[in-house]
Amino acid sequence: MKKILINRDFILFSIILIGLIGVGFANPLFITPKSISDVLTDTSILIILALSQMIVILIRAIDLSVASNLALSGMLISLLSTVHPELPVYYFIALSCLIGTFLGVLNGISIAILKVPFIVTTLGTLSIYRGLIYFVSDGKQVYSNEFSEDFLALIHVKFLSLSFLFWLAVAVFIVIYILLNHTRFGRNLYSLGGNPDAAKYIGINENKYIIMAYSLSGFFAGLCGYLWVARYSVASTQIAIGFELTVISACVVGGISVMGGVGTVLGCVLGALLIGLIRNALPAVDISQFWQLAISGAIILLAIIINTKTEQRKEKTIMVEN
Amino acid sequence: MSMIPDKPPFKLLDILYKKEFILFVVLITILIINSNLTPYFLDLYNLIDSTFLFSEKAIIALTMTFVIIARQIDLSVASIIAVSSVVLGYTTSLGYDTWLVISLTLLSGALCGAFNGAIITKFAIPSIIVTIGTMSLFRGLAYSFLEDSYYNKFPKIVSNLGSGYLFGYIPYAFLTFILLALVFAFILHKTTVGKKIFSIGNNPDAAQYTGIAVDKYTFVLFTLNGLFSAIAAIFLSGRLSSVRPNIAFGWELEIITMVVLGGVYIYGGSGSILGVVISIFILGMLSFGLGLLNVPGVGIIIFTGLLLILSIGFPSFVRTLRRKNE
Repeated sequence: MKKILINRDFILFSIILIGLIGVGFANPLFITPKSISDVLTDTSILIILALSQMIVILIRAIDLSVASNLALSGMLISLLSTVHPELPVYYFIALSCLIGTFLGVLNGISIAILKVPFIVTTLGTLSIYRGLIYFVSDGKQVYSNEFSEDFLALIHVKFLSLSFLFWLAVAVFIVIYILLNHTRFGRNLYSLGGNPDAAKYIGINENKYIIMAYSLSGFFAGLCGYLWVARYSVASTQIAIGFELTVISACVVGGISVMGGVGTVLGCVLGALLIGLIRNALPAVDISQFWQLAISGAIILLAIIINTKTEQRKEKTIMVEN
Repeated sequence: MSMIPDKPPFKLLDILYKKEFILFVVLITILIINSNLTPYFLDLYNLIDSTFLFSEKAIIALTMTFVIIARQIDLSVASIIAVSSVVLGYTTSLGYDTWLVISLTLLSGALCGAFNGAIITKFAIPSIIVTIGTMSLFRGLAYSFLEDSYYNKFPKIVSNLGSGYLFGYIPYAFLTFILLALVFAFILHKTTVGKKIFSIGNNPDAAQYTGIAVDKYTFVLFTLNGLFSAIAAIFLSGRLSSVRPNIAFGWELEIITMVVLGGVYIYGGSGSILGVVISIFILGMLSFGLGLLNVPGVGIIIFTGLLLILSIGFPSFVRTLRRKNE
C-alpha cells in the first residue's frame, strides 16, 4: 500500500517536472530561477491552505468556508492596522490566526455539537463570513498606502533568495508532516476517516477531533488572511472569492481521498504545486485567463476519476487475495 | 459501511407534519411583521412583482428537492444556468429560429446535467465532489466562450416570458413554478416513482436489492436538474435582458437553502414539496421585506446563512437534549 502511495507522489512529481520542461520549451523565460521562485511564492498560500484542508478531508469532511474566513480575518486586521499602525506586525499575525481559529471553532461546534452536516454548515458560514466583511468594512477597501510599513515589510523578507512566504509554507509542511505521521492526533485522524465506526469503538472521541480539525483549518485560514492582505497590499470584500475550490482541487489532485482516511502530506503539497504551476503557466504559453476556471474544473474531474479508479482497483485486489 | 438509522414511520410522519406547520407559522409571522413595518408591503402589485425575485430559483429548487431526497446534491446548477444562457445568447446571435434557440438552450442544460449524472453513476464518485468540479468547469466554459463581452439580444418570446404577465397579473415565471410544483408534489407523494426516490434516499443499497435501478434514477434526476436550470436560465435571461458569464453567481447556495429550510433531510430519504414551497415563500417574503426596509443585500446573505444553519441545528440540538433527558 505504502509503495503505491509513494509511487503516486512520484508520478505527480514527474508530471510537474514534465510540465515545467514543456512550458520552458514554449517560453524559456518561464524556467529562469527568478520566475520559478515567483511561482513558488505565488503557490505558498495555496500550499498552506491545502495542507490544512487535508486535515479536514481526512475525516471525511470539507471546509468550504476557508476563503471567506481568510478574507474576514484579513479585513479585520487591516481595519485595525489603519487605526493602530504603531502595533508590531507579530501582533497582527497572532490576531489574524486567533480570529481564524475562532471562526473555525464555530464551524466545528455547529458540525459536532449541533449536528448540522458539514456541507450545510460550511456553505452557510461561507456566506455568513463573506457577508460580515461587508458589514465590518462598509464595503470599502483598505489600500496599500493605508497599511503601516511594518505590516507589509515582513512579506518581502528574503532568505537564500527565496521569499518569506515560501519558507513559511515549508515550515507548515514540516509541522503538518510531523503532526499527521508521528503523533497520536494524526494517527487517530486517519483512523476516524478510514472507518469512523471502528474508531469510535476503540475510544476515539469523534466530536473532539471534528472541532480540532476545523480549528486547525480556521487557524491556517487566519494566518493566510494576513499573508494574502500583506502580499497583495489590499483588503477588500472580494479577496480570495472562490479560492476554497482551488484549495479543494489541490487536495484532490494531490490524492487526498474525499472518502476519508487516505492521502499523504507530500502528495497534498505536490497537488498544490501542480495547480500553482498551471495557474502561472497559462499566461506564459498565451492561453487567455478566461480559460483558467474551465481548465481547473476539468483537472479536478480528471483527478477524482483517476483517484477513484485506482482506489477501486486496490479494493478488488484485496478481495482476490482474501 | 456507514450506519443508516431506522426511522419509525409514525414518528416520521408526525415530525413532517410539524415541520410544515412550523414553517407555515413562520411565514405568517413574517407577513404580519412585514406589513406592520412598512405600508408598501401589502400592496398587491408589489407582492406579485416580488415573486420575480425568487421564481427562477424556485423552479430549480423543485428538482433539487428530488436530488437531495435521493441522497445526492448538485452544486453546479448556477453554472449550468451560465452555460444555458450563453447558448441562448449565442444561438440567437446566429439568427436561428426561436423554437430552435429554445430547444438548444434546454438541450444544453440537460446535457450538462447528464454529464454530472454519468460521472457520478459510472465512476461511483460522491456527487458533492463531482459537482464542485463541474461547477468550475461549466462556469469556466461560459467564461472562456464569452470572455468579457455579453449578450443582450434574445427572441421576443424569451423577453416576454422573463418579464411578462398572464392576463396582466400573473408573472409567467411564477405561474410556471406553481404549475410545476403541483406536478412535482403529485409525482413525489402519489406515485411509485416518488416512493422509489424516497427509498433510494433512505437506503440506496437496500433499494438496489429490491430491484430499483438506483443508477438510472440518479442519472435521470441529475439530467432533470440540468434541464430545469436551463428553464430558469430562459426566464432569467429574459428578465435581465443581458447575459454575462457571472450570471446567477452563488445561486446554488440559495437554492439548497430553500430545499433544506423546507425540511428536506440533507442526507436524503425525507422531505416534502409543500415544505419546500412554504420555505421558498418565507425566503422570498423575507428578502422582499428586508429590501423594502432598505437592508442591503449583504444583510440578507448573512441572514440566509444563519437561517440555514439554525433551521437544521436547532431541531437536532433539541432532539439531543431530549434524548439525554430520557
